[in-house]
Amino acid sequence: MDGAALLGTPKPAPRAGAVVRPKRQGTSAWPLIDRIGYWLCWATGIALCLIVLWIVVYMMIKGIGYLRPALFVEHPAASLQQSKSGGFLDPIEGTLIITAIGTLIAAPTGIGIAVWLSEYARPAPLARAVESAVDVIAGVPSVVLAIFGLLVFSESFLGFLSEHAANGTVYGRSFFAAGIVMALLALPLIVGSTREALSQVPDRVREASYALGKSRASTIRCVLLPSIRPDVASGIALGMGRIIGDTAIITILLGQTLTTQAVGGTPVLGLLRGTGSTLTSYVFYNSPAGEGNSPQKAYAAAFVLLVIVLLLNALVTALTGGRRLDRLGIGARLSLIGRSFPWIP
Amino acid sequence: MDSLMPPPVRRISVDREPSVIPAPAVSENDSRGAVQPSARRLLTRSDPAVVRERMRIESVWLAYGENWVVRDVTLPVRQGEVLALIGASGSGKTTLLRSLNRLTEVTAGGARAGRITLDGQEIHELEVNHLRRRVSMVFQQPNPFPMSIYDNVAYALAEQRPPRGRRRRRTPALEAAVEDALRRAGLYDEVAGDLTRSAQRLSGGQQQRLCIARALAAEPEVLLLDEPCSALDPISTATIEELIVGLRESVAIVIVTHNLQQAFRVADHVAFMHLGELVEYGSSEQVFDRPSQQRTRDYISGAFG
Repeated sequence: MDGAALLGTPKPAPRAGAVVRPKRQGTSAWPLIDRIGYWLCWATGIALCLIVLWIVVYMMIKGIGYLRPALFVEHPAASLQQSKSGGFLDPIEGTLIITAIGTLIAAPTGIGIAVWLSEYARPAPLARAVESAVDVIAGVPSVVLAIFGLLVFSESFLGFLSEHAANGTVYGRSFFAAGIVMALLALPLIVGSTREALSQVPDRVREASYALGKSRASTIRCVLLPSIRPDVASGIALGMGRIIGDTAIITILLGQTLTTQAVGGTPVLGLLRGTGSTLTSYVFYNSPAGEGNSPQKAYAAAFVLLVIVLLLNALVTALTGGRRLDRLGIGARLSLIGRSFPWIP
Repeated sequence: MDSLMPPPVRRISVDREPSVIPAPAVSENDSRGAVQPSARRLLTRSDPAVVRERMRIESVWLAYGENWVVRDVTLPVRQGEVLALIGASGSGKTTLLRSLNRLTEVTAGGARAGRITLDGQEIHELEVNHLRRRVSMVFQQPNPFPMSIYDNVAYALAEQRPPRGRRRRRTPALEAAVEDALRRAGLYDEVAGDLTRSAQRLSGGQQQRLCIARALAAEPEVLLLDEPCSALDPISTATIEELIVGLRESVAIVIVTHNLQQAFRVADHVAFMHLGELVEYGSSEQVFDRPSQQRTRDYISGAFG
């Protein structure tokens, strides 16, 4: 249409001096109770920032002081002398393996459960049951999950997931066992954030897709899931954080061997059936409460743990991206990550 | 039922500001009031040679749960002309429209009695996704998918197995079909520069035309429009109205509108519904100039609604 002709040429903008901008509104006119509330909100926010900053800075000072390149390449060794107890190569490995197993299991199942709950949920009693099951898992302490896991993975029919003793007893402790139970830990977080995001998608988006003759499944796959990707990503990041940080499951289900002990000769499978440790169990072991009792190693490992968590969060957020990343491919996203950490060459 | 109505509040011509220039398009907010003699019909009479019946609504009752919202409506839907459904809020016109591609089934408790046929076939016996490809719909709120302009249309074109990933495969045939759909919706020239732009960055009017392009992409036989202009400004409205009239020979069009001027401008036939019942059906000249029912007369003169 002739929209431009109808609207005509725009007038020139006013002088800069003539522009009135809204002033920030003060709270002086508010009732006292609201002002107190406002300042409390403000103060708690600042306090939280300070606490986080304190943790990071403290761990950095403590950790960097004891951090040596050798720690990253040496295997840990059982010794009460800090100079002889080696590095934490194996715990780092263990943390990465456990996180990978847990996330690889929890992410697809969690997304699947969330999609079923929010898009299908028939029959209704089953949906309610699934819903409360997720809630129960979210509420169960991880140490209870770990004990339960030990019980289950010691069953002989699950023997292929861990080591057999000579008399046929199943050991029940392995990367598989710990990783699978870890997935339970991450699951509720992923289900929760995916469901929440799906419920935020207005029904008219679904109807628009149905009206084009699209099935429910293809609507979910092509329209709903791509549009909630950032929320799913943050759910996965939360879940990963939970997995990396958990100690109870590692202590009980990963066998508490200082170094990674593979079972049998099969390269990958043998490793996953084997036992080992992670950074959390390493920190615990080396803390004054543990057997190793070498606090310097504990501080250094704790710092590395913190850095890994922060990096993973940044990586997941950047890879799966907010809206501004919508049109970028994986390559562009990776370079963007590079640019957000300029100190990494 | 009339006794339950509040006393008619008529607009008295003295209160009306004298209009000096006949407005090219009347804004949505001003839709109440009588149809002005100055309102211009966008179309000449439809060509009887191309008019043929595509859908038939026969004694249809529609309910949500126990609540019957459409009562015994019989209407023909013809290709080659535009059918407008008018009536107050809650008169059941949107529900009737949604029943034509079985979207009422998506709402829990949706139920129907009576027959709706597409080319003589009961629509309930057709596969639902296949039916919706033949009877497509555009909604009141522009609702492009959160993807690029190109992908929005390509998604509609793809069969049940759409290409994987964010970057859809661009075959020449697909690109031509997307371009054709965008052209038919009168959007192509405005967006041709960058089809990979996010559809959600378009203006409201462009978004709605994208939705029309999307609906047209699969070559539907019937196009349902649910107040397609009520969220748009007069200029976008005029664009879309011209588009609707231009499309009527290739696709049967049913439009629900609250805007009587719009119904008068675009429709060949008008059906006036009230409280779920079809009060009057006829050519738009007949319904607007010589309504046979008192309720129609009251509604189009702005006495209630």
